[in-house]
Amino acid sequence: MPEPRNSFLDYAPAPESTAILHLKKDYGLFIDGEFVDGRGKSFATISPATEKHIATIANASSDDVDTAVKAARRAYDHTWSRMSGSDRGKYLFRIARLVQERARELAVAESLDNGKPIKESRDVDIPLVAAWFFYYAGWADKLDYAGLGAAPRSLGVAAQVIPWNFPLLMLAWKIAPALAAGNTVVLKPAETTPLSALLFAEILQQAELPNGVVNIITGAGDTGQALVEHPDVNKVAFTGSTAVGRAIAKSVAGTGKKLTLELGGKAANIVFDDAPIDQAVEGIVNGIFFNQGHVCCAGSRLLVQENIHDEVVERLKQRLSTLRLGDPLDKNTDIGAINSREQLERIRELSDIGEAEGADRWTADCAIPENGFWFAPTIFDNVSTSSRIAREEIFGPVLSVLTFRTPAEAISKANNTPYGLSAGIWSDKGSKILAVADQLKAGVIWANTFNRFDPASPFGGYKESGYGREGGRHGLAAYLEGAAK
Amino acid sequence: MTIQTSVALAPAARAISVLGGDLTERALRLHLEGLSGVDAVGLEQRSAALGTRSIKTSSKAWALDKIIQLIDLTTLEGSDTPGKVRSLVAKALTPDPSDPSTPRVAAVCVYCDMVPAAVAALGSAHAAGSDSGVSVAAVATAFPSGRASLRVKLADTADAVEAGADEIDMVIDRGAFLSGRYGQVFDDIVAVKEACLRTDGTSAHLKVILETGELNTYDNVRRASWLAILAGGDFIKTSTGKVAPAATLPVTLLMLEAVRDWYRLTGERIGVKPAGGIRTSKDAIKYLVTVAETVGEEWLAPQLFRFGASSLLNDVLLQRQKLTTGHYSGPDYVTVD
Repeated sequence: MPEPRNSFLDYAPAPESTAILHLKKDYGLFIDGEFVDGRGKSFATISPATEKHIATIANASSDDVDTAVKAARRAYDHTWSRMSGSDRGKYLFRIARLVQERARELAVAESLDNGKPIKESRDVDIPLVAAWFFYYAGWADKLDYAGLGAAPRSLGVAAQVIPWNFPLLMLAWKIAPALAAGNTVVLKPAETTPLSALLFAEILQQAELPNGVVNIITGAGDTGQALVEHPDVNKVAFTGSTAVGRAIAKSVAGTGKKLTLELGGKAANIVFDDAPIDQAVEGIVNGIFFNQGHVCCAGSRLLVQENIHDEVVERLKQRLSTLRLGDPLDKNTDIGAINSREQLERIRELSDIGEAEGADRWTADCAIPENGFWFAPTIFDNVSTSSRIAREEIFGPVLSVLTFRTPAEAISKANNTPYGLSAGIWSDKGSKILAVADQLKAGVIWANTFNRFDPASPFGGYKESGYGREGGRHGLAAYLEGAAK
Repeated sequence: MTIQTSVALAPAARAISVLGGDLTERALRLHLEGLSGVDAVGLEQRSAALGTRSIKTSSKAWALDKIIQLIDLTTLEGSDTPGKVRSLVAKALTPDPSDPSTPRVAAVCVYCDMVPAAVAALGSAHAAGSDSGVSVAAVATAFPSGRASLRVKLADTADAVEAGADEIDMVIDRGAFLSGRYGQVFDDIVAVKEACLRTDGTSAHLKVILETGELNTYDNVRRASWLAILAGGDFIKTSTGKVAPAATLPVTLLMLEAVRDWYRLTGERIGVKPAGGIRTSKDAIKYLVTVAETVGEEWLAPQLFRFGASSLLNDVLLQRQKLTTGHYSGPDYVTVD
């Protein structure tokens, strides 16, 4: 007999090997097809799970931003806007295939730099990145059928600023439709998660994408600001916080730049008493604890029908007790690290407020690693609609539980938020799902599932969750102008 | 056909404790129809996620030995003979002659008329109710179709018990279940449970085979699981192995959820036995993970979880040899039974 173990559930470590990842010590800015030094003060990117240094990253000054936009303009004028749709499509297909070929490497890099569990980067993020490029590659030579009339025109140079929660996936959401439509791109990844975007730049070199079509510049908020305010940019696309989105909308106003904003959310996950309970519990877990809750469309408000409240909460707690928090590179990890110290502080602050406001706090009993940024899965029960944890986006593994008595009350509570990005409905009764979905003010509504993404489906929000759509034919339209009438 | 819903059912203790003393077919029906629905997409997604657990090194070694201890080594062929059963029993007692540290399987599972041969072959190694040794499980009640009168099913069961079977694997009447005659299915199980009683007052353990491949929907599987538990089954078992699909991970997960809910309600532990179609160690480990993460580790014991399998054992032995020696051998390094 092998050594008796304390518990089978203490699965032996199953770390994904990092041997496949060949990182450089320093990364420059990717401008005009090459890595060049940045003129700003370079910064370090660290692993949020260990706080260990990963690589030194260049910082783009406003002069660097200008160089990048100029390169994108040249590539637009001389190469990309003149290329046939089918040729653009070939490059996109090539990129998609290279992403698949290097999927393991990209997944390891993403988990290392972001802190998300390897099973999510391996099974969700990277496959979706490839899917996004494949999907829009197919559109490149079919723009006449995008619903904008014959021969819609590309916009020019797109400035794109993306967040740290799905670094490479957000890059794909931005770059794939922009290139398919015939635009060139300057993209800035988030300061804390630049690594996968820089590996992606190497993929672009491997794909021999013409120089300047995609430029990737790294830096902090000031770099992003210089980019979206650059006068020679035709399109601005931003995913991130509502506060920054609002500032961008102001700066872009009156410039003629086209704008897409994908901002925060405080989604309601509505569970009716006729729901398939076991699957609903899974859906609640997936809705808020997927990616440590760093998801703009996370189901952070659980609206549960009052007569099944106790049962659902009890099952939920039991299920949460089986989640495994720890090393993001271990294949059995369910909950990884919080992306940064700042984010951790914010989650702590809002959770403390929740407690002070009188909600009942429950936290899963799990060992927290010594180094790195961690927050155990937490539920707040008996939350009222006026509570701050029911109003503000926490962007962490924290669920607020509210109850309702009738479908009408569920709808009014679900809509009672400044946001409107997503919502979930759980019921075994199809007619009820359709009737409720019809009245929810949210861009995406999931029925008996949550956090499912598909490149063919448009994604975007109501109200303070932003405007414009990404994904599907609608996502393409954000990078095109209809033919003059 | 009209169903006499006011008909009183056999007074099974569990059903009375949950449904009340006035036990009628109507009460049973209301209970089963009141169970929460199952979302197929969500259930399959959850079982697929459990299937991605990565079980390595010491956990894997533990799991392989545990799988062997949970196997009901099975032969259920028309061509079975006492000789074949003796060979099966020998394999059950000494799964790997090259490694005496290999544990024994939980039971051998045979047809009724082969029980005497199995008992004789086991000799002193026959568990016969004790914790050590190997048990004899017999499929009964006109296995696999169950298409016989209750009288015949009960005689079949009594025969096996008398011949020394420790466990009875009965089949439910799927025809009655699918046509909504839940009361009949219930009464059958109660009657077979009574037939499991031995003259000395002890009882053979009853495994109730739902034949999930014929029940077809997950909602049906959940109802049948509850029905079998309410009627007194000690184990609920997925399949006969004679109908495709046999055991699948989503179906087993669903049955484990029923068992977990029963435990939550009453504090009583019911066993689960997936049978048929589990052939590789890799698959079997997925089942162990699903058990541990759904009902808890205490279910990973022969009294509460079994694999109904034949070819699984040799694959586990090959994997076990690989862990010991560091290289793969081949099918000629494990014995055929």
